[in-house]
Amino acid sequence: MVDLVYFQLLSAALFCIGVYGVLARRSAVLIIISIELMLNAVNINLVASASRLANSDPAKFLHFDGQIIAIFVITVAAAEVGLALAIILRMYRNRSTVNVDEVNMMKW
Amino acid sequence: MAWILFVLFGGLTLVGGLGLVVTRNVVHAALFLLLSLSAVAGLYLVLLAEFLALVQVLIYGGAVIIVVLFAIMLTRNSEYPHISDNRQWPLAAITSLALAVIFGVAMWQSAPSATNSNSPAFADLGNSLFTRWAVPFEIASIVLLVALIGALIIARSDSSREK
Repeated sequence: MVDLVYFQLLSAALFCIGVYGVLARRSAVLIIISIELMLNAVNINLVASASRLANSDPAKFLHFDGQIIAIFVITVAAAEVGLALAIILRMYRNRSTVNVDEVNMMKW
Repeated sequence: MAWILFVLFGGLTLVGGLGLVVTRNVVHAALFLLLSLSAVAGLYLVLLAEFLALVQVLIYGGAVIIVVLFAIMLTRNSEYPHISDNRQWPLAAITSLALAVIFGVAMWQSAPSATNSNSPAFADLGNSLFTRWAVPFEIASIVLLVALIGALIIARSDSSREK
């Protein structure tokens, strides 16, 4: 059986790839995609912890509460990607670009 | 057996993620995201979280990828399909590598010892979602509703507003 720490390391690696994508990409769509990657890394961590760390005390987190938090993360991620892509569409219509370094009207 | 599947799906996840951040083609980036997210669904199966695997395939593999592809289609600019990164990418690489080292060392040193494997039944998940987690569940529905209406208002064309 695969230990929890290997899932955590995989999740950390995926998160760091997402961080690189957010910092290095110019296109706003690709930045959103990288954020999705980071959210998935967090979900892997939550589900792995839910699967490997059991707890039957009802006052604390139950053994599958990590999965339920992961469901909420997926919900919020879906709402976020819809809203963010609407904002990107509006940005493209106003400025004819989706590159975040060209949208610098409010930059001092 | 679990190790083989873990290495397979974990490797696919990382390959998809790396491909996503290095490819020059936006559509390829979306397809790499699809690869990565599907492999994450496989990882959920390795962790015996069948419901999460189903949700992952439905929402990410279906809905999110379609929305992202639509956004790429509607926002192509002069440098499509060959896009460029910004000038700070070496700095970004150093930052993320440093973050990876910090995460790796911290997680390796504080590795939890508990290694039992448990898989909740669908009925337990549903019961918990509608009893213990009922308030967050309702808040999540309001968040989805607000995001839906907000996205519609932001993305609609100006002509319909000036009518």
